[in-house]
Amino acid sequence: MSQPLLALQEVCKVYGQGAAQTPVLNHIDLQIAQGEFVAIMGHSGSGKSTTLNILGCLDTPTSGTYLFDGMHVEQMSTQQRALLRRFYIGFVFQGFNLLNRTSALENVELPLIYRGLSREQRQQLAMDALKAVGLEDYAHHTPGELSGGQQQRVAIARAIVTQPKVLMADEPTGNLDTQRSHEIMQILQSLNQEQGITIVMVTHEEEMAAYAHRRILFKDGQIESPELPPEAV
Amino acid sequence: MIWNAFVLALREIRRNLMRSFLTVLGIVIGVASVITMVTLGSGATAQVTQDVASLGSNLINVSPGQRMGMGVRTNAPSFKRSDVLALKNELRGVKAAAPVSRSAITANFGNAHWSTSLSGTTADYFEVREWRTQQGRLFTEAEERAGRALCVIGETVREQLFGKESPIGNQIRFHKMACTVIGLLQSKGQSSFGSDQDDIILMPLKTFQRRISGDQDINLIQVAILQGLDTSEYKRKIVKLMRDRRHLSDNEDNDFSVMDMKEIANMLSNITKVLTMLLGAVAAVSLLVGGIGIMNIMLVSVTERTREIGIRLAIGALEKEVLTQFLVESVVLSTFGGIFGILLAFVASSILAMLMSVPLVFNIWVIIAAFLFSAFIGVLFGYFPARKAARLDPIVALRHE
Ligand SMILES: Nc1ncnc2c1ncn2[C@@H]1O[C@H](COP(=O)(O)OP(=O)(O)OP(=O)(O)O)[C@@H](O)[C@H]1O
Ligand SMILES: [Mg+2]
Repeated sequence: MSQPLLALQEVCKVYGQGAAQTPVLNHIDLQIAQGEFVAIMGHSGSGKSTTLNILGCLDTPTSGTYLFDGMHVEQMSTQQRALLRRFYIGFVFQGFNLLNRTSALENVELPLIYRGLSREQRQQLAMDALKAVGLEDYAHHTPGELSGGQQQRVAIARAIVTQPKVLMADEPTGNLDTQRSHEIMQILQSLNQEQGITIVMVTHEEEMAAYAHRRILFKDGQIESPELPPEAV
Repeated sequence: MIWNAFVLALREIRRNLMRSFLTVLGIVIGVASVITMVTLGSGATAQVTQDVASLGSNLINVSPGQRMGMGVRTNAPSFKRSDVLALKNELRGVKAAAPVSRSAITANFGNAHWSTSLSGTTADYFEVREWRTQQGRLFTEAEERAGRALCVIGETVREQLFGKESPIGNQIRFHKMACTVIGLLQSKGQSSFGSDQDDIILMPLKTFQRRISGDQDINLIQVAILQGLDTSEYKRKIVKLMRDRRHLSDNEDNDFSVMDMKEIANMLSNITKVLTMLLGAVAAVSLLVGGIGIMNIMLVSVTERTREIGIRLAIGALEKEVLTQFLVESVVLSTFGGIFGILLAFVASSILAMLMSVPLVFNIWVIIAAFLFSAFIGVLFGYFPARKAARLDPIVALRHE
């Protein structure tokens, strides 16, 4: 087996300090290969989002190591992690996290600004991303003028507009009807198959998890069934 | 990167128009009020100095009593005509010395009446004040000694009593007497005391003492020394002469005061300077209040902005990029407010200075200081909350409620 793209070794996460300490992740070992499409499942509060945040370099483990393409993320500076996010990672948040009073198009453009692209390039790419999620007619609507499902799709467009190496999606279909959910999954699947983008997705729905190559089941901060990657079978 | 930050900052300003407007407004009002108040104050000071200088630098006022602070005088015997003669004759270098006794009266001519100041004096007065007529003539020494019912009037009195008619040869009435106008004085305009110097009627001292005051008292002697002589030396000489005449022993204080125009000018400009400082302080408070307003606006928006910063950090912005954006935003807003405030101050001070008829004296340092202060406030309250947020972990910033 080649070197995994993402690898968590003995990762623990504890929130709070002193008496208020709550362990959230308990010795997690996880490997995800380049080009994989992984679904993370589990009960509410089992630590799925926490794990995804660590994988997305938004949060740091309390102990353990995290290797991103062989690089030790836990030893990186804030700035280095920011650059990693900028150039390699797309993130779809559970709560969208769009800028208020800012059009869908400008929200999607945002990551491109920090990549130093020209205005024309940015608008072109942002418009393409909005088309991919079927929102080209809503480019100039602000989040306040969009439904929950539409906001979710803007968030997805913002995550894929940079064509990241890895896409982290925290319940990307959580607010969508079945029809729309399947459309989104097809978008993710084609990004995975055609562009080789590695995808890590948290979901509650079996139906959506079925699009992934494998599932990882979380229970109380631990991995219950670490299914082997396909090529290892 | 700076350009990028500039574009982002402008976008952010436009997106939050109300907040931006309120921020700018606070700075505009603060800067404009400080500059306007100080400008008007400086204008008033300059006006006073200029006025007093025009009174003549060779003029010395001698009055009975000691000045105890502002306008308060101790009781002391007033001067007599012999004091005036002594000042005029016993000191070499004195060009002229004139007694002045004043009374407030209401003058009538036909149906017109006008409240003004009546001064009894001698012919020397016109020499002391270097005052000529524009029509008619001045009264002579002989006419003064004879106590003739004559008078010379100022431009304002003529305008109020005579309108279009010529005053010369007409009789005006006041205080149960009639008095023939023989001359109209040249206009001198406003004095530094804020009073109209042309609002005056002058008559022979003898006539004044007989018909108006009923006593021989003189409240003021104005002495003009020859041009080029040292006024302070003459002040000493006058003090010595007057002490002798009033038989003051060495351990007694002067019961009269001697002041030259320079001192009066200093005193007045000190008063206006204090006023300027007071106005400046009031305005500085308004600048501070403006600053507190800005602070409130910035703090209220900090929750929303913390989330915004979290989003930017999460998608890969560096702390310094986010901070540059916020710094540029604050600087743009406060610069804009500062420039607008300065423009408003120019307009407001021009109009007010015209209404108050004081010269326009812009103090570049006040303008610079007000501008820098506004920039400082803007940056302080725009930048530092942002810096705190930008140092958070992105995930913490995103969770901020
Ligand atoms: N900042 C925090 N401080 C303290 N506890 C936290 C914090 N963030 C998460 N937790 C706790 O960690 C546990 C795991 O949270 P996490 O968000 O990873 O759950 P999840 O599996 O994503 O749940 P869900 O399906 O509801 O999104 C929860 O019990 C939560 O209360
Ligand atoms: Mg979650």
